[in-house]
Amino acid sequence: MAHSFSRPRKSVVLTLLMAGLVVYSLAPLWWLLVSSTKTQEALADSFGLWPAGPFALFDNIAAVLTYQDGVFVRWFGNTVVYVVAGAGGATLLATLGGYGLAKYRFRGRSAVFATVIGAVAVPGAALAVPTFLMFSQLGLTNTMWSVILPTLVSPFGLYLMWVFATEAIPTELLEAARVDGAGEWRTFFTISLRLLAPGIVTVALFAIVATWNNYFLPLIMLSDRNLFPLAIGLASWNADATGVGATPVFHLVITGSVLTILPIVAAFLLLQRYWQSGLSAGGVKG
Amino acid sequence: MVAFAFAFLAPVLYSLYLSLFRNQLMGGNQFVGLANYSAAFTDPKFWDGTGRVLLFLVVQVPIMLAVALAAALVIDSGRLFGKRFTRIALFVPYAVPGVVAVLMWGFLYGDRIGLVGWINEAAGSQVLTPFSREWMLVAIGNIVTWEFVGYNMLILYSALRTVPGELYEAAAIDGAGQWRVIRAVKLPALRGALVIATIFSIIGSFQLFNEPNILKVLAPTLISSSYTPNMYAYNLSFLGQQVNYAATVAIIMGVLTAAIAYVVQLRGTRRDS
Repeated sequence: MAHSFSRPRKSVVLTLLMAGLVVYSLAPLWWLLVSSTKTQEALADSFGLWPAGPFALFDNIAAVLTYQDGVFVRWFGNTVVYVVAGAGGATLLATLGGYGLAKYRFRGRSAVFATVIGAVAVPGAALAVPTFLMFSQLGLTNTMWSVILPTLVSPFGLYLMWVFATEAIPTELLEAARVDGAGEWRTFFTISLRLLAPGIVTVALFAIVATWNNYFLPLIMLSDRNLFPLAIGLASWNADATGVGATPVFHLVITGSVLTILPIVAAFLLLQRYWQSGLSAGGVKG
Repeated sequence: MVAFAFAFLAPVLYSLYLSLFRNQLMGGNQFVGLANYSAAFTDPKFWDGTGRVLLFLVVQVPIMLAVALAAALVIDSGRLFGKRFTRIALFVPYAVPGVVAVLMWGFLYGDRIGLVGWINEAAGSQVLTPFSREWMLVAIGNIVTWEFVGYNMLILYSALRTVPGELYEAAAIDGAGQWRVIRAVKLPALRGALVIATIFSIIGSFQLFNEPNILKVLAPTLISSSYTPNMYAYNLSFLGQQVNYAATVAIIMGVLTAAIAYVVQLRGTRRDS
């Protein structure tokens, strides 16, 4: 069999197959990037995957940043607040919670497990609507808190951290630390945290993406345009652009999309490096 | 845990509470017991949406996971040029905010400035019509697949990375070929991750909301307000002001999703012990 090499050879066929998948993944983004350099007229007339017409990228960016008194900049700032407070808090809670659930036996542990699984399974929208109703009773809707508080709780992150902590931290290691007289906190900070680092980065990565990505929650919680995150703002521009008697601002939607994607992709690439070094340094490979 | 209870349990309980009442024009909130539930079970709109997400689940999830699994195995096999680049490139769509992804594909699907219009022009006929009754769901499935293939690949790939090197060495000493290593070492190591990926994909299908809700702007006649159960619940509570009935729909969907996820979890982990 051609595959029975213990030292695998590079395969051109597999590479080509994967290249097809890579093209599928990247082509739409390439289209978006190319389109952000076009004027509205060129957008309609030219082939999408190749630049055409005057190079209008900087004009488009300037238009995005100043359209409607620079509301885009405001949305950007809001998104950063939601990500730092929401995703940061969610990662912290998921780490502590997942670690606790994985490494301490206590009464009702299986009940908690069932609840977490159930929590992951409950549709976001199912939860968002009652949360909205509850928050409106409490007078929290249309504030930044209404977006941050629900974001803090991430059943998915908790679940991931739980699975990760169960597998990455040998219980014997913790017992050895306890025998050596290390307190629980000291054990956590000197041993567990280091082993958990790749997991934490992963959870943080997903939490950041999820928050940056979040559409439904802010959509129902916020009615004040000044509190919108980028995603809602862009969708509202798009709705403005396609309605009856609308102002066509496709170039703004497209260029705004590019500006929205760039930071998150950059953050991902940055974290990816940590994540990879974390994987090898975390002793997973022994 | 307190935060967890506040942000998760409280809304669920409140939702349950709401689902037992009905808001009358006169007389305010009235306790109606399970009447909302029986109404939902005989509501064609609800079943229409549920049927649609089930169809979506049965077709889209296996395709996406199969591609993700193949990609993870290929990348892990070390037989690839540009392995690192491939992995990152496949994952990038996940980092793209869902709203942007849908807006972008919405443009691409469009006749005016998108690629579909260009393809149709080049072919001289309407080869691709994503905005038609037959193809709308496929078009949505394509967007979801595009967004999440890389994400699932990454989950599976990182599970493969935790396989101890000694296992491969042992397999090599035993003279096992690559297919055999995949079957005997890699797939068993992947089971947990695969179960997780399946569960999240199922949940994702049931939650289908963003894509149809944003595409609705572009194709208002094709996507009704009850296209998916989630959209139905949203539209009931925010446009129709039927908060109680929306809570009922939400709960039924939650229970249904949890039940299916639980079955997958049981089936997936049973052979571990």
